[in-house]
Amino acid sequence: MPPDPPTPSREFLNGARNTLPILLGVVPFGLFFGALALEVGLTPIEAQGLSLFVFAGSAQFVAVDLIRQSVAPVVIVLTIFIVNLRHALYSASLAPYVARLPFRWRAVMAWLLTDEAFAVSTPRYRSTDLERAHWHFLGTGLALWSCWQLSTAMGIVFGARIPESLSLAFALPLTFLAMLIPTLVDRPAWAAAVAGGVLSLLLRGLPHGLGLVLAAVLAVGIGLAAETASRARRPGEVGHDQR
Amino acid sequence: MTSAETWAVIVGGMVVTYATRLSFVLLPHPERLPEVFRRGLRLVAPAVLAAIIVPQVIVLESGQAEFFGPRPAAALFAALIGWRTRNTWLAIGGGMISLWILQAVGA
Repeated sequence: MPPDPPTPSREFLNGARNTLPILLGVVPFGLFFGALALEVGLTPIEAQGLSLFVFAGSAQFVAVDLIRQSVAPVVIVLTIFIVNLRHALYSASLAPYVARLPFRWRAVMAWLLTDEAFAVSTPRYRSTDLERAHWHFLGTGLALWSCWQLSTAMGIVFGARIPESLSLAFALPLTFLAMLIPTLVDRPAWAAAVAGGVLSLLLRGLPHGLGLVLAAVLAVGIGLAAETASRARRPGEVGHDQR
Repeated sequence: MTSAETWAVIVGGMVVTYATRLSFVLLPHPERLPEVFRRGLRLVAPAVLAAIIVPQVIVLESGQAEFFGPRPAAALFAALIGWRTRNTWLAIGGGMISLWILQAVGA
């Protein structure tokens, strides 16, 4: 007889425990986010509201940055959507494992489906005894969620004490720069980045900050074209995108 | 930005973000993603991030582009640190410190 699958509480605790290493990376970003949000003029409630309701680190930094530049709200929301499109990939990966769960479970799991939750849960879903693996995901997701809320709140408290003269807002583009570098894995990625930067500079005069969205969409197209071209040049070679 | 506009961003951001996460989880029989979508998605991050970064580093408050100055130099320095160390915090810290130094010496 096969052994019983782990109990819900064991799965939940394992999920939370497996998240601990990644929390070390999440806390500083939550602190940083809270501090920066206040620096650019959001109220503490608005800053915490972004963490509570959007709950997506990089998109929240983007939102704060665009709010600072007084970009039109609808354009900011559109940009958040583009930045978060990658979650659809995670959603597609998770979907076969949760298809048999009741709707309320899927609704909660989707709410908690961040980059980090996906990274921590993927090994669990590649393992065995998946009957109660959703409890593992819940442990991971809630650990990340509470950590993000607490660290944002602490950042808000700290951020109120940072002097204006430090030009801390410049840390926003630097943060994006640090996020950009690991994505530059091959020529198509470089093409997309260079095109995005140049087009955004050229189109910056468009109203409501629409130049940013247009530049990003065009740059993805240029990156795709570069990928097609490099495939045509080197037939049979396995590209980086064969994940 | 008014408080109402900021809350519009928060609520709108919540809706679109949840939509991306819920998308395939909602389908009873999740289909495979179209190939071009999968290929395009990995290029979204470099495209959007670069589009956000470049004007902020190069364009001044006046709207003029400035390719040589404290901010482009600090960003270049941060990129070099990030490239060599792959450490986000070193890149941000190095960039900020070089900005403060360059501003202090009036470069």
